[in-house]
Amino acid sequence: MRMSLARSLISGDGPRSRVLAVVLVVIVVTLALVPFLFHGARPINVAAKICIFTVLVGSFDLLLGYTGIISFAQTMFFGIGAYGIAISLTHLGPNALAMFVGVAAALLASAVLSLVIGLFSLRVRAIFFAMITLAVAQAFQTLASQLSDFTGGEDGLSFSVPDVLTPAFSLGNFPLTNTNVDGKFLSYYLVFVVAASLFLMLLRIVNSPFGRVLQAIRENEFRAESLGYRTVTYRAVSSMLSAMFATLAGCLLAIWLRYNGPDTSLSFEIMVDLLLIVVIGGMGTMYGAVVGSTLFILAQSYLQDLMRVVSDGAAHIPLAGRFLSALLSADRWLLWLGVLFVLSVYYFPAGVVGKLRAARRA
Amino acid sequence: MNANASASHSEALPAAPRDWLPFGVVVGLVLVALPLVGSPSTWVTLTVAGLAMGLIIFIIASGLTLIFGLMDILHFGHGLFIALGAFIATSVLGLMTDWTGQDNLLLNLAAIFPAMLVAMAVTGAVGMAFERVIIRPVYGQHLKQILITMGGMIVGEELIKVIWGPDTIPLPLPVGLRGSIIIGNAAIERYRIVAVVIGLIVLGVMLWLLNRTKIGLLIRAGVQDREMVESLGYRIGRLFVAVFVSGSALAGLGGVMWGLYQQSVVPQMGSQVNILIFIVIIIGGLGSVGGCFAGALLVGLMANYTGFLVPKVALISNILLMVAILLWRPQGLYPVTRR
Repeated sequence: MRMSLARSLISGDGPRSRVLAVVLVVIVVTLALVPFLFHGARPINVAAKICIFTVLVGSFDLLLGYTGIISFAQTMFFGIGAYGIAISLTHLGPNALAMFVGVAAALLASAVLSLVIGLFSLRVRAIFFAMITLAVAQAFQTLASQLSDFTGGEDGLSFSVPDVLTPAFSLGNFPLTNTNVDGKFLSYYLVFVVAASLFLMLLRIVNSPFGRVLQAIRENEFRAESLGYRTVTYRAVSSMLSAMFATLAGCLLAIWLRYNGPDTSLSFEIMVDLLLIVVIGGMGTMYGAVVGSTLFILAQSYLQDLMRVVSDGAAHIPLAGRFLSALLSADRWLLWLGVLFVLSVYYFPAGVVGKLRAARRA
Repeated sequence: MNANASASHSEALPAAPRDWLPFGVVVGLVLVALPLVGSPSTWVTLTVAGLAMGLIIFIIASGLTLIFGLMDILHFGHGLFIALGAFIATSVLGLMTDWTGQDNLLLNLAAIFPAMLVAMAVTGAVGMAFERVIIRPVYGQHLKQILITMGGMIVGEELIKVIWGPDTIPLPLPVGLRGSIIIGNAAIERYRIVAVVIGLIVLGVMLWLLNRTKIGLLIRAGVQDREMVESLGYRIGRLFVAVFVSGSALAGLGGVMWGLYQQSVVPQMGSQVNILIFIVIIIGGLGSVGGCFAGALLVGLMANYTGFLVPKVALISNILLMVAILLWRPQGLYPVTRR
């Protein structure tokens, strides 16, 4: 059986729904053309964030959706990646070698740390994992903000990236569209291409024989073990892989922002966002990471403005106005996301992607 | 059945040997700290502070460990009740400034107790609703439980922000409970003594309830083997609701005490304390009240000693403690459940 190039690129795991396929194509094409389609800093920032979050959410889904274990330390590994780049570029100067050292060191640190946590907690009882990762991530965040000589403390680290990636660098304008091919343009495509490749690798992993075993463990641990698979090893390797992909996403974030601090990569809010995206996009469907991240980050970037308007409007309603306005204020948008989250866990645990696929089958 | 039970009473089984080693570790830690700290008076101060902190943590964690033990429910939203209790205390104590403002221990305590009772009543009621709405639909599904209770916690925390505002609110101690009393050279904060006393009362009531009443017997039996208790005709579901509600009320009480201990409350305090609580119940062995007590004391003492001796290490002392305990006993101090 010959598989076409496109099918082998996505590891034979198609969208399995026409609507989903169209949505995915629209998202990918738009992301690929953002520097040509939009002007100004905001759209390109949003697009880069979507790319980075797709990888991060995908790595989390490998663990939560495919292996069925929940970790609260995903942002810790995200942060390790970001700090790896930040610290190494700060100390070694803005060159390619420093970037390589940063990525390599961060990957190594994440691999070791995740393996230790995994073997330590998964060996005993898989549910320990959730609590232990929560505690370790908290401790890591405290350490990162306290060891200010090393990490810049609460202020974080601002650093310069190699010249090719800075806005000052320019190759002139792109003919037809008059787009300036500058460092920002190049670093956007660096982020886009790396993120896309990482995502395809994740898709490859979950559709490999290894990925099948992970799903078997998720469905029935006892049975998988009876069939002779060492479930602890598989889970530990899965958590390690997931950590390393999250680390790479963190590296991309730091390169894109040219800054890293505890709030940008380590905060618990990001962990909550991740949970929301995975559940809303669809657990156990890699495409859910793409759709979920896109929806969520667009909402985060543009819906909050809308809420601000609505909230100001609600303040004028007599009697309940003040309370309504507090309830609808943009600062409380997590409240509504939380409600959405709880409802999606109950009513559509397979998320947007699962809904679309089910619609086709019906 | 009852006749049989009373007939066999005369020839009681020999008591099971008790495992005191974990409490030996607690005493050992206290004794080892003495030469390290150096001055006996500082040591007394730190030990009392550690015990007070440990007992507050125990009050909060005991409910959670039973919730887990009885129904195998991973409840990540326990912290919500801590914050809720503390915020209610700010409102109740805010109404009673006449009593809290006077340097009169009796009046002060008379102000604190209603605050605690109101907090417990409200958190208990909210706990009942939480169990009904959030947890009941996902009985027996671990992954969903973690997700859903986490979601419930996020929503609850945001609602607290809507009601009380997102900022830190000061929760000053009543005047009579401020300051310290001096015993020998050791200064002991008054509030810490109150905390220790309340903690010991809660511990006493809980031990009595668990070991000397039929409900307690059923709870302990349910933790060990739920299906057997059910097949004997007891409705473990109702028992669980009762445990959940009292666990939430205890978290509320603990929240009031924690808020007074810190003298301020923030909406995020729930998730901060939550992590301590998890460490404690993991150390104790999920489901064990005794282990939870030993674990809470260890965490409280450790935090205070390391905070004094090596402040940098204090940030991760809890994790180190947990790692050490789990290397020694991988299932926690007292492994109860066989799950």
